[in-house]
Amino acid sequence: MRDADLTPHAPYQRYHAWITNEDESRLRAKAQEAERMFRRTGITFNVYGDPDATDRLIPFDIVPRIIGATEWSRLTRGIEQRVRAINAFLHDLYHRQEIIKAGRVPLDLIRRNVALLPQMIGVSPPGGVYTHIVGVDIVRTGPGDFFALEDNVRTPSGVSYMLENRETMLQIFPELFAAIPVREVSHYPKALRRSLAACAPAAAHGEPTVAVLTPGVYNSAYFEHAFLADQMGVELVEGSDLRVVNGRIAMRTTRGYTPIDVLYRRIDDDFLDPLTFRPDSMLGAPGAMDIYRAGGITLANAPGAGIADDKAIYSYMPDIVEFYTGETAILKNVPTWRCAEPDALRYVLAHLAEVVVKEVHGSGGYGMLVGPAATKQERADFAEKLKANPEAYIAQPTLALSTVPIFTEAGLAPRHVDLRPFVLVSPERIEIIPGGLTRVAMKEGSLVVNSSQGGGTKDTWVLEE
Amino acid sequence: MLGRTAGGLFWMFRYLERCENTSRLVEAGFRIALTRNTAAEQEWMSVLDTADVRKAYDDRYSGYNGENVINFLLRDRSHPASVNSMAEAARTNARAVRTALTREVFEAVNENYLILRDALAQPVRDRDLPAVLNTIRQQSALVRGALHGTMLRNDIYDFARLGTFLERADNTARILDVKYYVLLPSVAHVGAALDNVQWETILRALSSLRAYRWLTQDKMTAQGIGEFLILDKRLPRSLAFCSAAITSNLGEIAKEYGEETPSTQLAIENETRLTSKPIEKIMEFGLHETLDAFIRSNNTLAEQIERDYRFNE
Repeated sequence: MRDADLTPHAPYQRYHAWITNEDESRLRAKAQEAERMFRRTGITFNVYGDPDATDRLIPFDIVPRIIGATEWSRLTRGIEQRVRAINAFLHDLYHRQEIIKAGRVPLDLIRRNVALLPQMIGVSPPGGVYTHIVGVDIVRTGPGDFFALEDNVRTPSGVSYMLENRETMLQIFPELFAAIPVREVSHYPKALRRSLAACAPAAAHGEPTVAVLTPGVYNSAYFEHAFLADQMGVELVEGSDLRVVNGRIAMRTTRGYTPIDVLYRRIDDDFLDPLTFRPDSMLGAPGAMDIYRAGGITLANAPGAGIADDKAIYSYMPDIVEFYTGETAILKNVPTWRCAEPDALRYVLAHLAEVVVKEVHGSGGYGMLVGPAATKQERADFAEKLKANPEAYIAQPTLALSTVPIFTEAGLAPRHVDLRPFVLVSPERIEIIPGGLTRVAMKEGSLVVNSSQGGGTKDTWVLEE
Repeated sequence: MLGRTAGGLFWMFRYLERCENTSRLVEAGFRIALTRNTAAEQEWMSVLDTADVRKAYDDRYSGYNGENVINFLLRDRSHPASVNSMAEAARTNARAVRTALTREVFEAVNENYLILRDALAQPVRDRDLPAVLNTIRQQSALVRGALHGTMLRNDIYDFARLGTFLERADNTARILDVKYYVLLPSVAHVGAALDNVQWETILRALSSLRAYRWLTQDKMTAQGIGEFLILDKRLPRSLAFCSAAITSNLGEIAKEYGEETPSTQLAIENETRLTSKPIEKIMEFGLHETLDAFIRSNNTLAEQIERDYRFNE
């Protein structure tokens, strides 16, 4: 929040003036009030294998993360460019594969990639949209210096925290919003519904019927699925509610079966359709893929979109952006060593103490090594895994991430954060909600922000011009 | 609305109603056990019969002492009809149908679960029992209050109410049926002290002792009690009241959907059959036969509702 000479960064000036006049005991009481609010509304997340799983809360920090208007506008230009390129890339991969013919992405990387769905080859999703909802993970190393860390284009989660964090801040610090011009995020559910409806399939008539598909109450993100369905005013369906009726996917209502036009599915490709993918899946709708290919339903996001956020593809993103937009990428890419390449592997093994190693298909912060934070033994163990299966890993340098203040037992203290803004894509527009999910590493010096690894969240403020 | 959601709501309110009824049943049983040591075992057995869980109990315990029966009915998670199990099931259902509930109702069901989980974490000591039973009823009342105060009067509300009244009707009929013999006029010692205690127990288990006394100036008769609990539409736990409510809620759904279902008709038939005969005729025809037929037709109606509104695949 401050430079070395202790003047607060520009976007924080007004907030800083406010908080320096606040009594610490009042702030502490406010932090407790926030926690009570989260528990009452049942915003909890499940951690697999935890017996009291349904009652865990993600730590919430009461200090907002503040982004100035100029910085935000640069960031959104970068995100929009990247998302546009990703959609063009996906269309190309599942059709003519020009980018491979042009030699910008190696054929091997695509051909051997399990994230590429053969069932999607030659299929064009309604409106040409592959990634209806994207959550790009961004880190910042200095003023205006943004890196895209991951492009989450399958079923990015966390948007309910963006909304509830803001709700909570509005309730506990209403005076702040009167004094500081913070841009709204509460229209997200409305924007989401509009954006999804704009992607209705050919078979839809009249106002499109939208539904959210959840794996059920025991899923770790169930709260968010119910929250979004509720806020959009659409049905929250499970696989057992769905059936094929007259060539459409229909949901069982008290008055019979109603066809669904747009299904915002919060289950992975593998579980979507037992006839096409995993035959043991009870979560999806048998026959969904055939109906999808015949234009009977829109699936959001499109099956097979996941290849675009594959960590092995990630390192090619600057080329991908340039190839499809003709422009240089605005958002930087973190330099990435692909461990499948012998030179890169040698380098990574020799510098394990300085790098972060990630599984190519992993997520949620599981199965990664943060070199500088790991013990010697952990690094040695990881080196063995790496040598045994190098193509399953990539490595990146640890960035000098900028920090933001959080409110701790000992007052304000700096912590590392990332930012996940949410992007809605429809044939008409790409809309980025001014805000996002800021995840914060609650432990001093830690770089891991994942909630499954003890990370917390805070409200994200984008200031008006 | 989704058929699964309608079913989730229906069952959630059945569980909540049953938690409350179980608490009343235990309270009435506990009172007899306290005041009449010799009849205690018999009384606990009849409590288990009323709750329709005698077999499940016998599989786990031997002998009908208060400690075991209370533990079984309130705390035992190994069977689905304990208060603990049902409060949890109600909360799981609330999560599953969350989009159909107001925040107030969801929070009340969530609190109900959390508070009962804590209150029933340890075996309940006799001296704490009245307070715990009271908590169970109070938490149910909070859910009901949130439902009345915040929910739209539409099909969602109607399915919730259907669950409540079908469960309540079943419960009232069972309480009467298990004790029907004490209401029979042919029993020799009519009006004896034993009967008065038993009559009071029945009324107490249905939270209607004071109401009955108030209405009759404390002139208790077996037939009067039967009439009150079966036919009096002013009493919210009577069979006639519950049947009328069921008919009305199904009628509202039919109106909203623009079509009647077989269950709409079935409910009217059940209600008519129940209320067409005065209490003298019911006693003459056979109280047990009447109650037994009512319990069965009430179940049939519940199953018909499940089919008509597609609760399951």
